[in-house]
Amino acid sequence: MKASLTLNKVSNFLGLGLFTTLKDLFTNKLEKEDFKNFLRKTIVPLASILLFLGLWHSGAKALYNTEADFKIEKALQDQGQAAADALQVCIASGESSCQPNTLPSPSQVWDSFQSLLRDHNIISADKVAFAKKTAALNKTRIAEGKNAIVYTGRPSFVDQIFRSLKTVFAGFLLALFIAVPLGIFIGLSPTLKSAFNWFIQIFKPVSPVVWYLLVFMIVKTVLIGSADDSSFTISFISVGLCSMWATLVNTAMGVSTVDKDYINVAKVLKLGAFQKIFKVVLPSSLPLIFTGLKITLSVAWMVLIAIELLAQSPGLGLFVWEEFQNGANDSNAKIIVAMFVIGIIGFLLDRLMLMIQNWVSFDKTDAI
Amino acid sequence: MNSLLKKSTYILATAVLLFACGSKESKKETTTTEVKISKTKTLDIEKPQLTFGFIKLTDMAPLAIAKEKGFFEDEGLFVSVEAQSNWKNVLDRVIDGQLDGSHMLAGQPIAAGAGFGRQAKLVTPFSMDLNGNGITVSNDVWSKMKPNVPKGTDGKPIHPIKAEALKPVITEYKNSGKAFKMGMVFPVSTHNYEIRYWLAAAGIHPGMYTKENVQGQIDAEVLLSVTPPPQMPATLEAGTIYGYCVGEPWNQQAVFKGIGVPVVTNYDIWKNNPEKVFVMTEKFIEDNPNTAIAVTKALIRAGKWLDEPSNRKEAVEILSMSQYVGAPVEVLANSMTGTFEFEKGDKRDMPDFNVFYKYNATYPFYSDGIWFLTQMRRWGQIPDAKPADWYTSTIKDIYRPDIWKKAAVLLVEEGNIPASDIPTTDGYKPATADFIDGTTYDAKDPLGYINSFKIGNKDKK
Repeated sequence: MKASLTLNKVSNFLGLGLFTTLKDLFTNKLEKEDFKNFLRKTIVPLASILLFLGLWHSGAKALYNTEADFKIEKALQDQGQAAADALQVCIASGESSCQPNTLPSPSQVWDSFQSLLRDHNIISADKVAFAKKTAALNKTRIAEGKNAIVYTGRPSFVDQIFRSLKTVFAGFLLALFIAVPLGIFIGLSPTLKSAFNWFIQIFKPVSPVVWYLLVFMIVKTVLIGSADDSSFTISFISVGLCSMWATLVNTAMGVSTVDKDYINVAKVLKLGAFQKIFKVVLPSSLPLIFTGLKITLSVAWMVLIAIELLAQSPGLGLFVWEEFQNGANDSNAKIIVAMFVIGIIGFLLDRLMLMIQNWVSFDKTDAI
Repeated sequence: MNSLLKKSTYILATAVLLFACGSKESKKETTTTEVKISKTKTLDIEKPQLTFGFIKLTDMAPLAIAKEKGFFEDEGLFVSVEAQSNWKNVLDRVIDGQLDGSHMLAGQPIAAGAGFGRQAKLVTPFSMDLNGNGITVSNDVWSKMKPNVPKGTDGKPIHPIKAEALKPVITEYKNSGKAFKMGMVFPVSTHNYEIRYWLAAAGIHPGMYTKENVQGQIDAEVLLSVTPPPQMPATLEAGTIYGYCVGEPWNQQAVFKGIGVPVVTNYDIWKNNPEKVFVMTEKFIEDNPNTAIAVTKALIRAGKWLDEPSNRKEAVEILSMSQYVGAPVEVLANSMTGTFEFEKGDKRDMPDFNVFYKYNATYPFYSDGIWFLTQMRRWGQIPDAKPADWYTSTIKDIYRPDIWKKAAVLLVEEGNIPASDIPTTDGYKPATADFIDGTTYDAKDPLGYINSFKIGNKDKK
């Protein structure tokens, strides 16, 4: 009993209510009302996923046929019947040299996903081999006080996911540490608010590309003379600056709209400024701050792709860009794989924030 | 108060934990085995861990081969090679020290030392290849251009196709109110000078640069603009430009995707012209002289390996890996294995389209560098007239055959290359008239060469 309660709690916490109903289905505790619930929460999403895959499949097929027909038609016009027939045979045989290069079908994307995983295993094995090969050399180098030789191969798709997550969290923490304190000050003091208002309004809509360039100009000069790769520093600072505005604005708003009664209570109790902020102001503005942080995290994840691409910082953004540049037969499918991975991770990050919010806030109503 | 503090500590801890998870992949395993002993006599390497950059083009092949075939590791070098997004980025990252060296346009280190664009002291000890570029036009332009091209007895166009055939098309576009736009990859790229040479040889003005205006479109009949190489086909397909000059595989890609037709290769514009170079900063080679020699050694071996015809197939397989050029095997093979496909189905033999080693291709000849300087002056990128000896002294700071020679001598001692592969030269190739318009180029008379063109700046001797 206790275990099932915990399960209920956890799945509700994660916002994944469908697991509860699924569990009830198997434990035969389903009542009529629950059954409706089950339909809505499990069957409907599954059906919509299937519908989406079906539409995608037929759409991809239609695009494929359009491009194949165009190619054959063009061969017929330019080179005559024989070339057109040869091309038709070639396309039907599935040979890679003449395939139309268009939206990949769901099965192609699945194949690419698996090939990326295989590739990851190959690279992991290669890393181990490299470590073995350089172990003796590294030992002498470390003994001489030099840096050890690190792996020189390319990162795998999985490595790139982790690298992107690292960039996003570094950027997110930066945004958190800048935006929340600044937001509190602005929210508490109308003078500061009018001093900063123009600043926020102007910088909020600036595009990630411009933020990147701005950060690049500054970081490049700050780190002048150092030969280390600064692309990570540049990209996480850009991500942080790009995404902090939602938190800043929401914190300021949350703080400035704290119930006057609370503030008066704080005055009566003669709380110090520090105590007032932590005991009264922050707890009552938490819901708004968290809404801001949630937007910040999703914006950070969104702009990451563009910034990684510009900064040449390894990660999913660079992966997408390189595949676009490669223009190989499976490049489009790999891009779609990355798209889904980006989307799913974005969704999980959002759930994570919701979980933390439910955990720290006093108000236990389900925030969306 | 307490609970809030406690909770925020938890959040922070979770965040830190997640953050740490992300960096897990960089932790290394420590297992002990013996390092493979290579036959190459390794020098005392100052900096074994290196990062080199490249742009996705087939002529980056020496870097990929030196890494994949273990030539770098034979020298005791542990090299990562990273694809870069565009030539500007490559230049900045080498100058700022994020890359130890890179595959670069020959014009880039020269411009950086001659006063055009960002200034820095860059040197090249190794010339990566000869030829390897082409000019592609869109299907629409080709259909209008084709009637103007003389045909042989077999009904196929006679090559090389000259820009005279393009001239009426430009007029037609202009009359319908469209400026004729073409793409090249960088203001100081070989491609910019080649497409300008090709156009100007037919009397089409490609536009001038001045000190104030570095767009390069003054008086232009064809507006040239910069697009990074891998994006050329997509930009052509989108109709932003009507043609482009770019390295392989991006001309063959246009043929495969059916979006354009290559009309001329740079082999036809200038036979065995110098193309990419390998660039390091002057500071790097001064601080790490042995490393620079070792890198050059590995690259020379890679060039030699690439020019064995039997190895080209394997080279294509390596280049088609997604971390290198990444284009499909068929596209890469089209130009790498001795052929070049123009119009779809019109595949012609081009045995010297990609030269990595033959004709002393790896030796950094001063005369090759001076050609770029003359073109920079011709189009106004070097705004002021310079005396003839300026050309010589400028190039001698940038092209470093001394490093190449040291590396080659070591390779001969090790038996990796025959002694006959080291040219006896003062760094100048003999005067040549192997150009599409038959103009003679003598690197010892740069001013005379600049003055021999109808279109472009002229200097008093």
